[in-house]
Amino acid sequence: MSSVLYDVPGPKARRVSLIGSIVGVVAIAGLLWWAISILAQQGIFEPERWAVFQIPDVWVLIGNGILATLTAAAVAAVIAFPLGLVLCLMRISDVAWIRIPTRIVLEFLRGMPVVLMMFFVLLVFATGSFVAVVAGLVLYNSAIFAEIIRAGIQSLPKGQREAGLAIGLTSFASRRSIELPQAIRRMLPSLVAQLVVLLKDTSLGYIVSYEELLRKVQIMADFLGPDYLFPVFFVAAAIYIAINFSVSRLAIWIEKRGSKKAAGGVVHVPVAGIPAK
Amino acid sequence: MDVIIENLPAYVDGFLRTLFLSVVSGIFALIFGTLLAAARVSPIAALRGFSMTYVEIVRNTPLTIAFFFAAVVLPRLGVTFQQFEVAAIIALSAYTSAFIAEAVRSGVNSVPVGQAEAARSIGMKFSQVLSLIILPQALRTVIPPMINILIALVKNSSVAGAFYVLELFGTGRQLANANGDAVLWVLVGVAFFYLLITVPLGYFANLVERKVAIAR
Repeated sequence: MSSVLYDVPGPKARRVSLIGSIVGVVAIAGLLWWAISILAQQGIFEPERWAVFQIPDVWVLIGNGILATLTAAAVAAVIAFPLGLVLCLMRISDVAWIRIPTRIVLEFLRGMPVVLMMFFVLLVFATGSFVAVVAGLVLYNSAIFAEIIRAGIQSLPKGQREAGLAIGLTSFASRRSIELPQAIRRMLPSLVAQLVVLLKDTSLGYIVSYEELLRKVQIMADFLGPDYLFPVFFVAAAIYIAINFSVSRLAIWIEKRGSKKAAGGVVHVPVAGIPAK
Repeated sequence: MDVIIENLPAYVDGFLRTLFLSVVSGIFALIFGTLLAAARVSPIAALRGFSMTYVEIVRNTPLTIAFFFAAVVLPRLGVTFQQFEVAAIIALSAYTSAFIAEAVRSGVNSVPVGQAEAARSIGMKFSQVLSLIILPQALRTVIPPMINILIALVKNSSVAGAFYVLELFGTGRQLANANGDAVLWVLVGVAFFYLLITVPLGYFANLVERKVAIAR
């Protein structure tokens, strides 16, 4: 929080900002109250609506949904990272006939919606929904991982590669043992942040009928009746947010810790397509 | 290949609807996101708290959840829409505005402290510092990531296709059902139309980045 933008408040400014704060709180509280009163009119707060959570099967379904979400995300991340590494090396290869086609493929993958890729795999290769979800996530995220690592390598001082080549390492050996370890360390926060995106994108599995958390909500609402849609949805959304929130915190923690440990500190290099997903 | 040419009107229709969703949600998100960012740097604590909470929650919510809320849960709560496009625009702009707010805020933070200090020391007010010194400089850093957010918005609008809106992805789904033997080409057509928006925008972002980059 930068405080240079405004003066250290005097008595008058303090009064104004206190009044502003009170008005703000009242306005926000009013909005919340309005939303809650609408919900109350719909009978959302009647205890029997929430009694569904006393049924053990509901929790079993939610648990299965979380497990399906996490499995898809974990499998996709484990495949996407090495693939991204390979794509990155191909993208910065000295050989033009490797570099240029890779560049086109990466551009293509980054320009497409993830849902479309999942749908493509589902229909064209007639796989199950799990394979479709994982394949879609792997295709998209490996391209993003490749771009993040490339940004990391390019952020290194030129001398690193020059020194590697000067002591007689081959181009690949210099990448592998000098540049990549530094680049990955530097880009760790971005890589973990991309994991949050990957985790969020597993919810697209809903669209290709993969039985992850959101699809389970739909199934439960269909089974229990529309009255229970809101409670079940509310709990599922809270779980999703809690999981993503913890991974985001992990990214911030790594960033703080890494800025002490990584040579030259961690860096923020904007990569196309990363911020908003 | 024939299947694309035969269904060209449907594709163009979907393409236009995707553009429409992206442009309208983009405008709403830009306005709301900038307001959120302004609230985030304002001296009033309640506004800062609200903006921070909103951004933090929305950024950790999957887009599908936002769509599900707008298109399935809201109508259950008595908020019904004449057209599902409205639900899609609400979900997309609420989601994207959080990312816009973050981009604007980090742009404001990227302006060296000395700039604000110098402006303060010659007696400018908060509003003058922000509008004359900080924002014009911040805008340069903000534009490239902003374009990337808008590219993501175009791609994100595809989720609307799963919630009853016949945009590009929704059209693709329908055509894929109708032409079971030519699914590959149907989807290649959809991909082509998406790339038609996202690739030029990406090049534009790179261009702007090089043009406005300033040595500090």
